[in-house]
Amino acid sequence: MAERVATKVYYRTAAALFVLLILTIALAYVPLGSFGPALALGIAALKAALVALYFMHLRFGPPVSRIFAGAALLWLLILFMTLGDYLTRP
Amino acid sequence: MAETGIAHQFDDEAQRHEAASAGMWLFLASEVLFFGGLFLGYTIYRLTFPEAFRVGSHHLYMWIAAANTAVLLTSSLFVALAHHAASEGELKATLRLLAATIGLGVLFLLLKGLEYYLDVRESMLPVIKFDAGKIHGAKPAQVELFLIFYWIMTGIHALHVTIGVGVWITLLVLVRRQGETAPLKNTIEMAGLYWHFVDIVWLFLLPLLYLVGV
Repeated sequence: MAERVATKVYYRTAAALFVLLILTIALAYVPLGSFGPALALGIAALKAALVALYFMHLRFGPPVSRIFAGAALLWLLILFMTLGDYLTRP
Repeated sequence: MAETGIAHQFDDEAQRHEAASAGMWLFLASEVLFFGGLFLGYTIYRLTFPEAFRVGSHHLYMWIAAANTAVLLTSSLFVALAHHAASEGELKATLRLLAATIGLGVLFLLLKGLEYYLDVRESMLPVIKFDAGKIHGAKPAQVELFLIFYWIMTGIHALHVTIGVGVWITLLVLVRRQGETAPLKNTIEMAGLYWHFVDIVWLFLLPLLYLVGV
């Protein structure tokens, strides 16, 4: 079953990823205070989304993949919700 | 891996493909939680010792990590293209792209090895070879804790890269032996999902370990 994703999509995704990588490094040198880590993580999440959607065929692949990938994110979220314990300690 | 026939438990090729994708994604979900636990532990201690994590990050070699990020992103492109070539029955292109991916994977490991060597030379290996006298602006023990996360998270990631390289070498040999790509194109796609996941983990390791208050 051949993926009907043209190679053009892959090249464009790779180009976007490299632009974001350069952005990540460049922004690391800009003093952004407490906004910095959040922005760096946001860009990382965007890169991850591009890899997942296009390289990993989530966008144009079978819907069941999206369900399982979504489940992975859901359980990761629940794992990180345990931070509520540490953040609320005196 | 069926060529023209589909194993009898599947309705058709589309359903077989869905089942394979679901299975691989289920495994990747378990890997997300596996690495997730490490990231959570990292988060807790970074929130507790922010200055130590900043100081610790300064002792790492950011440019090696940046280069390795470029290496992995390129390899993910090659993997996607390899699956595409395999789906189109292009044997030579598939073999070349698989070989290139292996090359990049090995390059990543070599750069990582160089980085580890430099870390040890600078005495930034917790417990075993750690020079507290080099730590300024934060408690050495707390910086050592940051370094423990660094070594373990990048170490386990490197182990995943090594396994991935082993998978690609195996697939390269199998495809070459088959003389055609059709029987293995689906396997290439599933192996690709694993490789892309390993790439995604690294995309988060880069800012969290190397770019803390540059």
